[in-house]
Amino acid sequence: MDNRRRFEVISEFLIEWTIKICGISAIVFVFLIFLFVFREGKDFLLNSLDLKEFLFSPEWYPDSVSHKRYGVLALIAGTFSVTLLAMAIAVPFGLGAAIFVSEFSNSKVKETLKIVIELLAAIPSVVWGFIGLSIMNELIIEMFDAPIGLTVLNGGIILALMSVPIIVSIGEDALKAVPDSYREAAVALGATRWQMVYKVLLPAAKNGLLAAVLLGVARAVGETMAVLMATGHSLQIPHSVLDSVRTLTATIAAELGEAPVGSDHYQVLFIIGILLFTITFIVNLTADLIVKGIRGK
Amino acid sequence: MKSYGKTLVVAAMATSLSLIGCGGGGSSDGSASSEKFVIQNAGSDTIVNLAQTWAEKYAAVNSGVSVEVSGGGSGTGIAALINGTIDIANCSRAMKPEEMERAKQNTGKEPKQFIVGFDALAVYVNENNPLNEISIEQLAGIYGEGGNITKWSQLGIQNSACSSDEIIRVSRQNNSGTYHYFRETLLGKEKDFKLGSRDLHGSKDVVELVEKTPCAIGYSGMGYATEHVKMLKIAQESGGASFAPSVETALDKTYPIARPLYMYTLGEPTGEIKAFLDWIHSDEGQAIVAESGYVPTNMK
Repeated sequence: MDNRRRFEVISEFLIEWTIKICGISAIVFVFLIFLFVFREGKDFLLNSLDLKEFLFSPEWYPDSVSHKRYGVLALIAGTFSVTLLAMAIAVPFGLGAAIFVSEFSNSKVKETLKIVIELLAAIPSVVWGFIGLSIMNELIIEMFDAPIGLTVLNGGIILALMSVPIIVSIGEDALKAVPDSYREAAVALGATRWQMVYKVLLPAAKNGLLAAVLLGVARAVGETMAVLMATGHSLQIPHSVLDSVRTLTATIAAELGEAPVGSDHYQVLFIIGILLFTITFIVNLTADLIVKGIRGK
Repeated sequence: MKSYGKTLVVAAMATSLSLIGCGGGGSSDGSASSEKFVIQNAGSDTIVNLAQTWAEKYAAVNSGVSVEVSGGGSGTGIAALINGTIDIANCSRAMKPEEMERAKQNTGKEPKQFIVGFDALAVYVNENNPLNEISIEQLAGIYGEGGNITKWSQLGIQNSACSSDEIIRVSRQNNSGTYHYFRETLLGKEKDFKLGSRDLHGSKDVVELVEKTPCAIGYSGMGYATEHVKMLKIAQESGGASFAPSVETALDKTYPIARPLYMYTLGEPTGEIKAFLDWIHSDEGQAIVAESGYVPTNMK
């Protein structure tokens, strides 16, 4: 009897700790990744990087013979413009689809839609990039009489299509998590379906929907392959959606293979990694603060 | 599409290898007698199709050897050679002295250079573009930093398919040997390209994009020409005689942007690697160079 009790105590203890470690491991991994990225770039970051030039100059000449320049303003502008456009398209469509799937469709339509949307999420990003490079390019040239179709618009549409499935599935979960008693109460008070969605469900599911949108943003900021192919990979600050751009992620992907380990160029690419890390961190932090602010009211 | 995916996988692999560091010792040492001897070959995107053909044909010549070819760009191949992860690097430019030095430091062996063929670098425009010839000086004005040619009309033509009249510069990413060779030929050793060009990943992608884009101009190996793009005649000086890229004009050096294609090994090649390189230099190997649209070394 005593033995058995001891076993239970020990196993309880072990399980508790295993779960604790699982929980902590996420923090450890994030921390280690950041440490690694930082370590690779730190010499250049601390000693020779001109931070002002890095952040505010659009001139990116990492392989110039006479005058190397490491300015990433054009890359930041590229990432932001494509992400912004992608979200302008994906958020209304994604949230709209989530509301439709969760509240307005019958179960048959719902199942079909969910399967198709999941299929959309399963398309590899290189395939999206190929669609951008070969099909959308010609379409945009014809429709807008643009000189070239590899543009912010092209990348934005592709990224929107890639983030919509995420926004839909997480948004739908958030709406599903609202208790049915809310819906019943709304209907009992004589609300139409649309009033119920607008006045009751959306406020109740606000946090979850915000999380859906932000995960969509994270997907868009982090996407590499598709934007590398669809945006034209061109170093300039865009003035319209019909300009080609180049993003932070695409630059790392395109140039890291060539940069000799430990060289300035290599280190600057890792500093871009730190910058990307910082951007996503800020996005997440803002989201957290917003969510807390909503809760505080 | 196919080559895009392939080169990217390679680029990713090369990246992860270079991240791991310089512990790799190549794959050539551990060949058990029953297994195939594997020659790892990577680098220039200009040469990748040619190298692939060599690898396929060589399998018939010597079935005990398999040559694994991947692209990614000359710089990628050189980086992998320096890290000792491949046996032969393909380059469409010569290795720089500092790269030689790093390879020696890292592996203890000096890279050895072989010229395996020549390539005339063609300047492509859309088939609907009325332009037929261009000079090196004009190309420098289009591509070079500070160059002031931005409109097709500045070249004295009316490109009616391109309503905005804007010249869309198609270039390559900076791990490309073609990029470095083109820059040096146009602008000399010191100057840079203008920002804002569309930098594509592969030789084939450049031609494909120019094919579909009426306003575009791009450069890529002569071997990548298709029926739907136009190769421009190139003149050394404005107003001078211009020459179309071909085997003949590349060999007699009248075509101004032709260059040697290289393979590099670590140290003097031995055994199967030497046999492979010897075969490449043989008449059979060089015939494949001509078939692939490049200029063989043995043509006089």
